[in-house]
Amino acid sequence: MLNRALGVWTLLGLVFLYLPIAVLVVYSFNSSRLNIIWEGFTFDWYARLWANGPLIKAAKNSLIIAGVSTALAVVLGTAGAWLLHRYRYRFSGGIRTLVAIPMVMPEILMGISLLILFATAGMRLGFTSVIIGHVTFCFPFVLVAVQARLQGLDPALEEAALDLGATPFKAFWFVIIPSLRPAIVAGALMAFTLSMDELIVTYFIRSAASTTLPIQVYGLARVGLNPMLNALSAVFILATVAFVLFSAYLKKLHPR
Amino acid sequence: MSPDRPAMIEVRGVTKRFGDFTAVDDVSLSVRAGEFLTLLGPSGCGKTTLLRLLAGFEFPDTGSILLDGADVTCQPPYRRNVNQVFQSYALFPHLTVRENVRFGLRMQKVPAAEAEARIRDALGMVSLGEVAARRPDQLSGGQRQRVALARAIVCRPKVLLLDEPLSALDAKLRHTMQLELKHLQRRLGITFVFVTHDQEEALTMSDRIAVINRGRIEQLGTATEIYHRPRTPFAADFIGQANLLSGAVVARHGLTARVRLDGGLELTVSALELPVDATKALVSIRPEKIHISRSRPQTENVFEARIEEEIFQGATDQLRLVTDQGTRLQALVANESAMNEAFHEGDRIFCGLHFDDLVIVHAE
Repeated sequence: MLNRALGVWTLLGLVFLYLPIAVLVVYSFNSSRLNIIWEGFTFDWYARLWANGPLIKAAKNSLIIAGVSTALAVVLGTAGAWLLHRYRYRFSGGIRTLVAIPMVMPEILMGISLLILFATAGMRLGFTSVIIGHVTFCFPFVLVAVQARLQGLDPALEEAALDLGATPFKAFWFVIIPSLRPAIVAGALMAFTLSMDELIVTYFIRSAASTTLPIQVYGLARVGLNPMLNALSAVFILATVAFVLFSAYLKKLHPR
Repeated sequence: MSPDRPAMIEVRGVTKRFGDFTAVDDVSLSVRAGEFLTLLGPSGCGKTTLLRLLAGFEFPDTGSILLDGADVTCQPPYRRNVNQVFQSYALFPHLTVRENVRFGLRMQKVPAAEAEARIRDALGMVSLGEVAARRPDQLSGGQRQRVALARAIVCRPKVLLLDEPLSALDAKLRHTMQLELKHLQRRLGITFVFVTHDQEEALTMSDRIAVINRGRIEQLGTATEIYHRPRTPFAADFIGQANLLSGAVVARHGLTARVRLDGGLELTVSALELPVDATKALVSIRPEKIHISRSRPQTENVFEARIEEEIFQGATDQLRLVTDQGTRLQALVANESAMNEAFHEGDRIFCGLHFDDLVIVHAE
């Protein structure tokens, strides 16, 4: 009896989570322009999506920006976490807090402040400005993830490496980095996702040529919802599911 | 172990402070090549800091450290031909057993063929050949301990440092590993410096023991020397059990002296370690050296006592005694037979003590 009640609740929870997504995917195959009435099955919206030059361009921009920002955020975040963990600075605690603040700072503030910064520095808006902006709010996430992992790491690991003849750099590279891999991967995924769907900050600091996918989609949605956007979302959902399955498979292949 | 072998490690007047706390206080120590030396002391006594100074994880504030004749005082750990077995083992979790053991050779750029042979030898030496492909988290505590050992000895260090490597193992396994470590050390001929707070471990394994307290070496000697002839109250109390009794020196007769304990009981002691002008003495008596019997024994010291409490410990009985003068003593008697000669609470018995078994650990 209790089991059945729990089962029903679980089902309701899952429906609540996934019904909107299911509806969205189903209507991407609807031949009507309206999202409410089902007319018939079609791949038309996917074809139109593919033919929409600006949208594809924006998607490419987003992938480039997210890729580069993630790479930079991983390097900065990991190095920062290591330095804060390994060495004692004056104001270490203060620095830690300052680094974490961008994670909770309203995006609108961040967008405006970055725009003012770039304008003052006389920098032209474009890919570089967008990437700098994205790294700014992405790297704290990597740093925090890596820091948490470092706290649980045996401090003797580094000493063991040094003891076996590794220089401090080699100890970091061959022992610390591999031990941090799960945290680095988690941080990188978070950074990539954040960068991929960031809208507000990007809105302030992009140029026409460096328009990202979220901005392009937002522009289209303002004109009116269109099953092409459903199709776009369906593609993204598919990519996400494929990625999750792939990472689960990797985990099974190499535990830890 | 001949004393004329050259020193592998020379520690000269080394002091290490952390802020106001002096962890190692003007320590000098010489470890011979091929020796098994144990640094023994309670937690926080500075033994681990001393080991870290030898490894190069800490650098002394004053003094110098020589390894096989060469000054290594300021050399970082990766330039010293010294390897350590860590208390937590510190195995690299992302590497297999074999890769863990290979790590040091990789860092030292040992040619592949030679490295393979050495890894095989090292794994064989600790009988880990069949788990070489596993990762540390798939091993038992004892196996991890062996990997840590193999990873260090494969580098053929001049000195192997061991930081309480057995403390995480259960009692049975610890005993087995104690003997195994000792045999391995004999076979390899490597100098071992072993840190522990476990006096029994120190007595079992070491050629020599350095008893450390508050950053200083209280006594350095073989296990038997330290056990039978402790030179400080701390050494007497920390290693084994000891009755520490204070009293006044009342007479001297050549090689012996009479000491009247605070309770009034007078004992004959060896005067060898007693300074000529000493008036007060602290005497250490090992519980098993008090001979308990129902008839008057033939020893220099004989007195009567009552058994206040008897504690059965299996192989031995621990007796708490009160002498007629009110002095309390602990004694240990072997349980030789289940039937005969059992002592009971409330019994009056004779205590015999050879004057040589009374050790003066402090005099003023």
